[in-house]
Amino acid sequence: MAESTVERPQATARPMARRGFRVLVLNFFRELTLVPVIIVLMIAGAIVNPVFFTSSNLINVAEGGSALGMVVVAETLILLTGKFDISLQGTFGLAALLGAWLIAPKASEGLGVEFNPWVGLLVVVLVGLVVGTFNGLLVIKANFNAFIFTLAMSILLTGLQLGWLGGQTVYALPQVFIYIGSESWVGIPVSVWITVATFAAAALFLRYHRVGRAMYAIGGNLEAARAAGIQVDRIRIGVFMTASVLAAVGGLMQAGRVTAVTAGQGSNLIFGVFAAAVIGGVSLDGGRGRMIGALTGVILLSLVTNILTLSNISSTWIDAVDGAIILIALGLAKLIGTERA
Amino acid sequence: MQRESSTGPVSDPAPVGEADRVSKSFGETRALVDVSLEVRPGECHGLVGRNGAGKSTLVSLLTGLSRPDSGSIRLAGQPAPGLADRGAWLERAACVYQRSMVVPPLTVAENVFLNRPTSGNSSTVNWRAMRVHAHELMLEWGFDVDVDQEAARLTVEQRQVVEIARALSIGARLLILDEPTASLEKAAVERLFERVKRLREGGVGVLYISHHLEEIYEICDRVSVLRDGELVLSGRVRDVAQEHLVAAMIGAAPPRRATEIEAVRKTGVLGDTRLQVEHLSVPSRAGSVVDVSLSVRGGECVGLVGLEGSGSSTVADAIVGLVKARSGTVAINGKPPSPGRVDAAFKRGAGYVPQDRHARGFAPQLGVAENLTLAVFDRFARRLGSVSFGQRDTIAKGLVEKLQIVAQSLAQPVSSLSGGNQQKVVVGRALAPDPSVLVAVNPTVGVDVASKEALLDALGGARDHGVAVLLVSDDFEDLRICTRLIVMVRGKIAAQFDRPPWDRQRLISAVEGLDVAV
Repeated sequence: MAESTVERPQATARPMARRGFRVLVLNFFRELTLVPVIIVLMIAGAIVNPVFFTSSNLINVAEGGSALGMVVVAETLILLTGKFDISLQGTFGLAALLGAWLIAPKASEGLGVEFNPWVGLLVVVLVGLVVGTFNGLLVIKANFNAFIFTLAMSILLTGLQLGWLGGQTVYALPQVFIYIGSESWVGIPVSVWITVATFAAAALFLRYHRVGRAMYAIGGNLEAARAAGIQVDRIRIGVFMTASVLAAVGGLMQAGRVTAVTAGQGSNLIFGVFAAAVIGGVSLDGGRGRMIGALTGVILLSLVTNILTLSNISSTWIDAVDGAIILIALGLAKLIGTERA
Repeated sequence: MQRESSTGPVSDPAPVGEADRVSKSFGETRALVDVSLEVRPGECHGLVGRNGAGKSTLVSLLTGLSRPDSGSIRLAGQPAPGLADRGAWLERAACVYQRSMVVPPLTVAENVFLNRPTSGNSSTVNWRAMRVHAHELMLEWGFDVDVDQEAARLTVEQRQVVEIARALSIGARLLILDEPTASLEKAAVERLFERVKRLREGGVGVLYISHHLEEIYEICDRVSVLRDGELVLSGRVRDVAQEHLVAAMIGAAPPRRATEIEAVRKTGVLGDTRLQVEHLSVPSRAGSVVDVSLSVRGGECVGLVGLEGSGSSTVADAIVGLVKARSGTVAINGKPPSPGRVDAAFKRGAGYVPQDRHARGFAPQLGVAENLTLAVFDRFARRLGSVSFGQRDTIAKGLVEKLQIVAQSLAQPVSSLSGGNQQKVVVGRALAPDPSVLVAVNPTVGVDVASKEALLDALGGARDHGVAVLLVSDDFEDLRICTRLIVMVRGKIAAQFDRPPWDRQRLISAVEGLDVAV
């Protein structure tokens, strides 16, 4: 029999620390595989239309991406724990609509009581909380399939949004309500500040908080997480609630940006959300992916939309081109990165 | 029985884990009846029994996953904590299951510190402290695993180490190893034994569950045998003869002796060459193959023996087209199937028992009959592809009897069968189309003694009916149905044994890559 190859302590702590740093740097770059694609897109944008590189256009891109970004943060949190939520787009529309309806005058399709605008904001958050709790309890505790359950919820919420006002738009909203979607701080829209801060907070939480790490463990191996004493159900339900609130705030940004809530706000948003998360390296199987990657996904999608708008492509073709570019980005991410998409 | 408190003198320390007359029933089934067992610190206690004997139930009681109906569990001399207090259980007892409890996307260090504070009581994660502590822990116990590595990249052996390290660092001093060698190669098993020795020196009590009795004799101090939920034998390993141990496990029937590799008498005339592999080279992460040629004739059972990573299972995968060869040819019944196409190999008359039954062996939620007949749909399909269930069940019934599959009904989902019966379904499915060439990879891994007998009998029966069998295995007991052995080491054929009985010593030397004169 061969010599036993029992391990002997050899390594000391110091080279290990260095190696750890290298791994960290390497991981960081692996999350940024979309950056070359984004650079190519920016060059393309500049060629397509000189307006592209003006600060007002770039701010416009950021503003357009901020509401999407909020929902992408939300969906990424849920995806990491190994679940889905399609109804985030319903929450995105309905929460903003109910808040706006309570505070808008009768003439602009509101209830007419004209509650204090802060009540409206509170209602937006509450709707997010209620929907998130409901989804979380039924998907996690009652063990409904997340895909089909949240799909049904999405149809229900979107239907409520349409039916509530008979397809009308609520407008003439008070300043407080539209503040985060329409104001700027030092030249940059408030919504952009909030979205960037949310991404940063979520990234730090996921990396440096025990619950954040527990979310990766839950998505990576549910049974192992449970066996380690992680309160998997409580965390997963909490994630559903948080995500719905984030989506509701995203809806508020959208409402502020157009200073109205349309009956169709949020429709089809979720496809872009999934696309951004997945091309950003977030696994649909759970446990893999980071906020920085998801952020690059949002930036990429927002740029594509903007460049398509600036180019002279007929508007009826935009969706097709959009889809093709997402497919190409997916392919690139798979080529460059490891275990993506 | 007298007992010291947990801080008692070293001379007579309290057991790290103890079951005192525990019973547990699930509905009608009495899983455990009045079982008492203790594991002392620094001891390795073997637990053996056939599948369904109650081992898993005992483990779930000792790790706080369920509560005994009667009797009590004590850990480190203290009464067991409540079921809800997972943390308290984890501090006392841990089980390393066959199914990995490692979280693949996280690093080794994170897996070790899963759900635990990394510094002080704060809920923020101190990455540096966590990595340093994990590294120190690995050094302390002599484990060699890079703590910054992503767990997904670890080998089975390394994952096991990570789980052991996790348990130890939480404070568990009762460590249950459930079939720890089931998917380890021989060298890794040796390293595991070294580790177990080290754990014992560190005062850990190990409850060692295994089907491999020679392992029990190698590293355990005491052994307990469960049969049908009852403790039928318990004693010092050196006082229990192997025959008695096997007899206790099986009950009435006289056992075949496990250490001896009984070989078949060569049966009559051999048929034509059914399987011909020439100059096969396959690059593979699971063990590359370099220029391997072999042939198998009808009525012959060729054993392809090699350690994990030696390429023996890769040869099997290449024959049925699961992996693509870089060069070389495979001919089944004289003609090469298109490489890389599994269905083509099956059409040419090959049957296949895959290595990993959970991943490729069966569709868990489908019934026994459906799984058995997956490969022979066309035989009972009527016109337009509609299925005759009566005919299907007839075929399935034949296989169930042949392999002695124990199932409540033909419709019972395979996932709810015991491991041994699941494996019988996998083998039955491969035999259903009456293949002329049968390739089987580790067909008896992780099954109990009686199931093993049934499986080997079925494979031996196929051989006697003129099937060309290629049996890939590193379980020497499997090899007794073989008529010829080929040993692979590091991708190449290292030795051949043409005539049973096999010389165990020389076979082991050959498999381990030592020179043998053949």
